[in-house]
Amino acid sequence: MPGSASYAILLLGTLLEALVVVSALKRKVFRKYFVLNLYMALCLLVSWGRHYIIAHDGVSSLQYRYFYFYTDALLTIVLYFSLISLYISVFEEMKVGRYLRLGAVVLLAGTSWFSYAVVSQSSHKILTYFAFELSQNLYFVGLVLTYVLWAAVLKMRQTPALLIQLVLSLGIYFSFFAASYALSNLHPTLYSRVFYLFPVVGCLLPLSWAYAFWRVPNEVRLSPARLAMAAVPR
Amino acid sequence: MIAALILGCSIVFFLQFFVPYCRSLIAASSSHVLSPEVQDVTGLTTPASGEDFDRVVQLLRLCPDRPEDRGEIRAIGVYFGMLNFLTAVSRSIAPSVRTWTERERGRCTYFAAVALDRRVAFSRDLLAQQIEA
Repeated sequence: MPGSASYAILLLGTLLEALVVVSALKRKVFRKYFVLNLYMALCLLVSWGRHYIIAHDGVSSLQYRYFYFYTDALLTIVLYFSLISLYISVFEEMKVGRYLRLGAVVLLAGTSWFSYAVVSQSSHKILTYFAFELSQNLYFVGLVLTYVLWAAVLKMRQTPALLIQLVLSLGIYFSFFAASYALSNLHPTLYSRVFYLFPVVGCLLPLSWAYAFWRVPNEVRLSPARLAMAAVPR
Repeated sequence: MIAALILGCSIVFFLQFFVPYCRSLIAASSSHVLSPEVQDVTGLTTPASGEDFDRVVQLLRLCPDRPEDRGEIRAIGVYFGMLNFLTAVSRSIAPSVRTWTERERGRCTYFAAVALDRRVAFSRDLLAQQIEA
């Protein structure tokens, strides 16, 4: 992908991330979905750093790749906690927030340990590969957790449409990344091409969240069971 | 082997999220009542037919673009393509699935008509603002 195209996609992503935060503030749901907005604010900072590196060293530079993977690992961890905040929001009435947080930390520690165990056997650049491996594993863990959350939401009679769209778009995002990493593990030669797709795919989450915050009224509620694939053929 | 398994799971999970996501977008627009002008222009019947989707999307492209609905229209376009594929595959195998896909395709058309209605209203407001200025 040429440098100008990468730059344009990054710029678009940055604008969308800013739009998410602005929309949440405008709709007065910033505090309600604080961790999601914190993630978007961090994305904005990281995008600024990526703009800076692309402008100075180019998109094909090693600096960009290192910066991309270290910040991606950091952002994936924050996104993981955003997902946990959605869990807490869904199970608010059950007052299980403390257990969810504890479970999330234990699962994150387990994933980190597993990632370390994988890279420590096969690489001398442990820190770099650990960041890469951790992101990759967290995307899959996030995907499975989002699926479990969606399964729980499906059991509810009425759920805010905004929450449904936030959860589903997060699931789409996680599945895209988990599939991309799996594909590049299956065919390592494809990796250099898949890598250039990441920023494009990265725009999807801010786009769908910005849409949800901007357009979906908080008081609108949907019956999740009617949206599910399992309810499709009658 | 594990990578192939993860890839397979991711694709299945993707569909499990993508289809309800598109249906939630469609559900949000299903309560919108179309303006008489858009009903006349599109000539939609009740319930809307999937056959009219391409025509309504062509009309939609003639209207000034609204950045905020671009993503959702694209997502529904992909969903409509998936439904077309499912209709073709299920034609002889599962007639009940075909009935469902036909209904879903009609809902996609209605969604596109609602987007057209919103774009027409948006253009009208823009024009009114320019005249006032």
